[in-house]
Order: sequence, then C-alpha cells, then structure tokens
Amino acid sequence: MSVLRRLLRDRSALLGLVIIAVLVLAAVFASPLATFPQDVSTYHVANRLLPPGSTFWFGTDRMGGDIYSRLLFGARLTIVIAVVATSLSVLIGVPVGLVAGYYTNRISDLLMRVSDVFLAVPQIVLAIAIAQTLGPAIQNVILALSVTYWPFWARLVYAETRSLRNEVFIEAAVALGASPARVMVLHVLPSIASSLIVRTTIGMGGAILVAAALGFLGLGPPPPTPEWGRMIAESRAFLPQAWWYATAPGMAILLVVMGFNLLGDGLRDALDPRLRRGGNER
Amino acid sequence: MTDAAPILELRAVETRFPLRNAWGRQTDWLRAVDGVSLSVARGEILGVVGESGCGKTTLGKTIAGIHRASAGDISFEGNEIGGLSPTAGRALRRRLQYCYQDPGASLDPHWKIGRALEEPLVIHTKMAAGERRARVRAVLAAVGLPETHLDLYAHEISGGQQRRVGLARILMLRPSLVILDEPTSGLDVSVQATVLRLLLESRARFDLTYLFISHDLAVVRLIAHRIAVMYLGKVVETGATEAVFGAPRHPYTQSLLAAVPVVGGARVTETFWLEGEPPSPTNLPTGCHFRTRCPRAEARCAAEAPALRVLADGRRVACHFAE
Amino acid sequence: MNAELLSVRDLSVEFTTEGGVARVLDAVSLALPAGEIMGLVGESGCGKTTLARAILGALPANARMSGTALRFDGRDLLALDPRVAADEVRGRAITFVPQDPFSSFNPLFTVGDQISEVLRWKSPDCPPGERIYARSRRRSDRARALAMLRAVQLPDPERLLTKYPHELSGGQRQRVMIAMALLPEPKLVIADEPTTALDVTIQAQILKLLRGLANERGVSVLFTTHDLGTAWEICDRVTVMYAGQALETAPIGSFFRRPMVPYTRLLLDSLPSRDAALRGIPGEVPSLIAPPPGCRFAPRCPLADGPCRASHPPPTEPAPDHQVRCHHPRIETVPA
Repeated sequence: MSVLRRLLRDRSALLGLVIIAVLVLAAVFASPLATFPQDVSTYHVANRLLPPGSTFWFGTDRMGGDIYSRLLFGARLTIVIAVVATSLSVLIGVPVGLVAGYYTNRISDLLMRVSDVFLAVPQIVLAIAIAQTLGPAIQNVILALSVTYWPFWARLVYAETRSLRNEVFIEAAVALGASPARVMVLHVLPSIASSLIVRTTIGMGGAILVAAALGFLGLGPPPPTPEWGRMIAESRAFLPQAWWYATAPGMAILLVVMGFNLLGDGLRDALDPRLRRGGNER
Repeated sequence: MTDAAPILELRAVETRFPLRNAWGRQTDWLRAVDGVSLSVARGEILGVVGESGCGKTTLGKTIAGIHRASAGDISFEGNEIGGLSPTAGRALRRRLQYCYQDPGASLDPHWKIGRALEEPLVIHTKMAAGERRARVRAVLAAVGLPETHLDLYAHEISGGQQRRVGLARILMLRPSLVILDEPTSGLDVSVQATVLRLLLESRARFDLTYLFISHDLAVVRLIAHRIAVMYLGKVVETGATEAVFGAPRHPYTQSLLAAVPVVGGARVTETFWLEGEPPSPTNLPTGCHFRTRCPRAEARCAAEAPALRVLADGRRVACHFAE
Repeated sequence: MNAELLSVRDLSVEFTTEGGVARVLDAVSLALPAGEIMGLVGESGCGKTTLARAILGALPANARMSGTALRFDGRDLLALDPRVAADEVRGRAITFVPQDPFSSFNPLFTVGDQISEVLRWKSPDCPPGERIYARSRRRSDRARALAMLRAVQLPDPERLLTKYPHELSGGQRQRVMIAMALLPEPKLVIADEPTTALDVTIQAQILKLLRGLANERGVSVLFTTHDLGTAWEICDRVTVMYAGQALETAPIGSFFRRPMVPYTRLLLDSLPSRDAALRGIPGEVPSLIAPPPGCRFAPRCPLADGPCRASHPPPTEPAPDHQVRCHHPRIETVPA
C-alpha cells in the first residue's frame, strides 16, 4: 500500500514507529527480557540506590529493585493505560461528534455544549479530581483519562462532519434515500478516518503523559506497581545523588510520547488525500 | 396534449429560503421558486430553461425532495409528494431520481464503483447479493462501461466515465422520471454529443421521462419536446419546443432567444435590445417580475401579476399582452 | 490587411509538473493585425489561455517559454528586460480581462480603490517608471475613470466607486474589468473567456460593448473562448487550437463557411443543429506530457496518414489570408 511506503520513507515517522515497536516488545517480553523479574514486587533493601552497572543496568531504586526490570514491567502498564483510555475516548467521542455534526438541531447544540463544558476544565485538574475521589488504582486512572479526553475527539469529528455535509456525494447519498445512520457510518466516517487515525495516535502519547502525571502525584496505581510516573515521584527525595533513579523512567516517558507524536505526524503526511488522489482530477 | 395522466404535476409550488441577518434573525424570504405550475407527460423530455437566479435548479431539487416545498402540490405518478418529510417521501420518490450536474462528484471517493452502484439497491430493495450484482452488470453495460470498472475507485477513471457511472447509479432503481440538472454544462462541444446520445439511448432503453434543466438553449432545442422558460422564480412561457423557439410570445423569451449567437447567421449582438440586469431575487418587483426591463410594460403590469394563460395553440404565456 | 501589431512565431511553452514535462504549446504562430479582434478558439486543454498568458508575460514559475519571435508593436518581447516589460508593456500597452471577475478583484478594497491603483501606475498621463502621484494627476485620473465607467454603460459611476466587488453582479464586475483594461489606453487587450461565466443575455450585452469600444478606440483584442458562437459574434479573425498546436487561422467568413482543416470541420459539425444528427468527435484529447509526435489531432483525424503522424505540418496558405497547418487541407474552389 502506497501509504505504508510513504510512511516508511519519512525518517522521523520511522523513528517513531521503531520507538513504539520497542515499547510493545518491552511490554510483551518483559519477563524474558528482565534481568530481575521478581523485583516488580520484592524488596532487597541491601541493594538500594546502587548506580548503573553491570548487574543493575539502570541502577536500583530505594527498595533495591532493579530499575531496568521495573521499567519493562511498567511498559505493560503504560500500554494498557494508553490503549484502553484512548479507545474509550474514541468510542464515546466519535459518535457524539458524528451526531452533533450531522444534525443541526437542539440535540446537536446540546451535545457540543456538554463537550464544551468538559473542555473548559483543564484536563489534568479534572483527572486529578476524579482519581482523588475514586482512589489510586489503574482502572480509576483509565476512567479519569477517558472522561476528560473524549471531548477532543468529539470536537474534531464534529468539525469534519459539518464541513463534509455540504459535499456533493453526501447530498447525493441522502437524495438516493440513505438513512442518516447509513450516511454517517458508511460515508462520513470513512472520509474522516485518516484525521481520526492521526489524532488517535498523538492522543495516545498525551494519555501516557497525563497518566504519568497522575502517577507522579500519587494518584495512580499504588506501590509496588512499577508505574513510571510514580517512580519519578519516589526519586525526588534522592536527587541529585541518585540521578539514575529519575532519569530512566523520565527518558522512557519522553521517548514514548515523542514516538507517538512522530508517528502521528508521519501518518498525517502519509495519509494526505492530496497526495493520494493522483492524476485524474479534472 | 396527452391522453394519459401526466407523470408529474406541479401546482403553485413555492420554495422559500429564510434570509437571516448577522444576528441570525430572519429578515426576509428568498423566493427561489415563486408559484410554479407545470405538468410533464410520460415519456417526454421537458426542458426547463432560464438564466442564473431563475430558480430552475431549486425547482429540480424541490421536486426531488432535496429541498422541501414551502407551498403548493407536487404529485408524482398520482401520489402527492410535496409536503412529505424526506423519510415518508422516500418510498414514493423511489422512481424519481435526480442527476447532478457533475455525476462523478456524486460518487463517494472512498467507495469502489461496484459498491456505489449497489447502494441504491441495498437501500431500497431486498434483493439478494447475486441479484444485485446481476443488475449492476446489466446497467453498467447499458451505459457502455466495462465490468472491470466495478473494482476501481472514482478517481481512477476519467471524468467522462465518472459521468456514466453517476448516471448508471441513478438508473439502478429503474426510475420513471429523471431530473437532469445541467448535464452538458462545462463540457466541450465535441463531448456534449456523446453525453446527449447516452441520455437519449438510456431513455429509449429504460423508458424514461426527463426533466432537462439547462441554460444552454441550443442543446435544449435539440433534445426537448416541450420547454418551460423561467424568470425569477416563475414560469413565463411553456409550449412545444419548435413553436416557442420559432415564435416566442413572452418578451423575456424573445430576448433570451435573441441573445443566442447563431454561427453563420446575422450577428445577434448588433440588434440585441435587452438592457440592465435582473433584479435581485430578494427584492422582487410587484406584479410581473419582468416589468422593470420589459419594453411593453404598462401600469397594469405593476399592479397585477399575469397568470399563465393558455393560448390558441396550447401554449401557455404569463403576459398581459400575449395573444 | 493592416500592419501587424502582434506577431508570434514558433512559440513553445513547457510546464514542469509532478508527472513530467507538459508541452502545453508546440511551435504556435499567429499574427494579429492592428485594430482587429482575433478569436482564439479551442476546447479544454488546447492551450489558448497559456498562449494569452505567454503574450502577457504572466506565466507561472514552473513554465519555460521558447520561440523564434514574439514581436509586439515593433519590439521583441522575448528579448526585453523584465523591468521594462513590466513598466511599459504589461498592464499598459497590453492589458488583460480575466475569465472570472470575482476572483480577480481584491475583496477587501472598494472598486474605486482598485481602479485608482491601476491608474496610479499605468495611466496614460503617467510616464513609465514614475513613482510620484501628483495631485493634479489624481484629479484627471478620477475624471478619466468616471468617463470610462460611463462608456461601459454602468449607471451611477460615482456611487459604484464606493462599492465592494461582492456588491456588484457578475455582469457589472465584468464591465468594470473591461473599463480597467481600457483605461491605460492599450493597443492590445487580451480577454480570456470573458463571457463564459455570464448568462447569455448579459453575454450579448458585454460582447456588444466590447466590440463597440474596441472598434471605436482602435484597440486590438485577442479573445479566447471555447464557444464558437461567441467567436462568431465578436471576432474579425479566428485561430483554432488543439492540444497546444495552432491549426487554422482565417477571417470569420472563410473560417466558418469554408474551413479547411479536418478538426475545424468536425468541431463545427458537432455544434447542436436541428438539421443533423448528434455528432461529436470520438476519442480523447491526448496527454500533453506524452503527446503524439506529429500533428496532435492525428489519432482522431479521419484523414490522418503517415506524414501526419510523423511531423507537425509547416504553416501554409492555401487560400489568400487563410493559413493552415495541415497535410490534408480541403480547399474549396467554389466560393460559398
């Protein structure tokens, strides 16, 4: 497929793809890849705060756990949070946007006002409030993220649907007798699919960032779960001497978010419809 | 004129659009179609002509149900379809199709052509997949396209072929009346003949009636049996094509025909007398809409809007002075 | 025949596009005598707009022009310094009336502002290269503008100057465009499909106006159109083009009554007519990136043979004042 080829030719997109592939591999193969898989939940206080070396590649944390291994298991958490939270947001936001964009009645106004309300509050603040209320657990983090994230997709889909409504082929489908549901799902959705894919990719990066922030504030899954944000929070008391303690998870977050952004940008260029159409425009 | 009942009949149809000011409050109406009555006999080609702003496209879309008529009756094959909502009218309108000026643009760029052609059948019938495909193949052959096109996307075929596909899609449901909106507009003269021939062949093969909306008088003269001339939302003259072209009775029709160049004949611009521009459709003159430019206008024309009267030879003219 | 105002010889233009090099014009030659209206007729893709822009000097950046001569009013435009061309020729001796008047106007400025912009730099009272706009000249320019707006039959010119382009109708905009094209007192006006977007009754008015003004002021007009009827109405002489090649040039009488080149005859035959069946020209216009080597109409021409496919025929003049580029022109000896 030419889209894939175009994507692979873009070097920064390729880098993003590689980073995410590494993330996925790290998560899937955390057990075999980890040097001390048991350190996810056991303590070896004797080994605490050792700098990076031949046994402990990224050093150890305050409980003596191998940071490298904990990072790998943390990757699993990261992916689960990113994928589930983003999927939920998409599943809520896209239908809302479609309906609001297709119709021009009070329902459509209502839907957009609701999403505006959610957008008016800074996402982090709202997520904190929800996580605080519900307690530290991975499912609460996912819930908090989904609830604050879906309006972004709703708004994107709303804008695109609105402008697409005036296209001749949409009007023709309506004139042919297609029901609104049919038009929305079979005609509008495929046309906006590419921007949706781009936004979702970048959105995953954003979700990871917010999840890390929640973890940093102590609102994420409780210890000893190797959540990256929490690891950074724990390291604060030991900086700047135990520099490796914050650097490893920090770099991990940085690279993963950057990876999603690069891939998203690359997808946006590769999926550009103008490049796709080719010669027969008259 | 015909002994059978007309396939389409319009009585005092009006289509109005609200005009809103900057605050969204409605200030006035735009009377795109301002009281049109006509009838179309089964099997004929009725040409609807007029210049921009005359309302012919809005009329076509109103009949097709894309716009809702604000007043008046539209009856199609004996059924009233004017005031119905799009959903209620859908079943009754199945045999009434609207063909866009650029039928290629009416195709979804993300759908394969085969799927786009099956769509009308999926929406309106309960045909099995095999039956649908058979009919798609039959209609595709009828418009002169190869079966290989079924797996292509719209942008992978030429503009002329897209046009045929668009027409084929409309023919899928075996309509009895097709509204053609400017089918030859923008086409080169050498391509025009091909499109017209396709339309005539399709009409013969599928027993179609056409409402042929166009601003190209030369083409309409060639292909239409009867014509209706519109000006600012009203029909000003109808009649058999040759009769109207040969001896137009309404002053607007006379000026319209006088403006069309005839290659090899006298230069029309030397003697062209119509001046000025049509008034804005939001600010229509009282009485007869044409009176502001008509050389024969009198006081009566401002006071009283002329009705479409039947003349001796079956012609209808909306002018106080036509005989 | 009057002296030649414009002489184009073997002009070729190529565009570099993503798909390759498109040879949009192929050795086009034409000659326009002073005071005449010449029509450039052809279907889509024939190159008439490109030719108009090449003469005007307004080709896009990816175009490359080459030719033997492009002489206007005794000067070689190909050799001219671009600054001199911009000051003295473009917009002054040669002006332009575009197809779509709406997009040629700046929507943010009034009509009056845009007309005075033209006069500021290109008024006949303004020497080329002059940078100062004297107050006395402003007054005389305004008078000039009002007189011209009256000449194009626009009512109430003073009020019109204060209006914005979207407040005018299509016909009115086109009249203003014509006025702006005539204000610098040009010798040649290039009109690119000026009535295509207009209704037929407005078109009749504009054509009458344009021909009247051109004849009255002795201005030559190069008029491109795809509508043969329009060419018949306004032109003294017609050149027909196909896929970048100019095939036939003749005064309108000979062109329409005794066409010699097969393409012209087929084109005239495909005009809708009651007496004949519907006739088109089968086939499609060739791609300009890989055009046929010889005459570009050969693939669709009923008379084409070996020499036609091998080489583009040189210009010949089988009848007085009737030039063709065809290996098989049909010459009628009996006067029509």
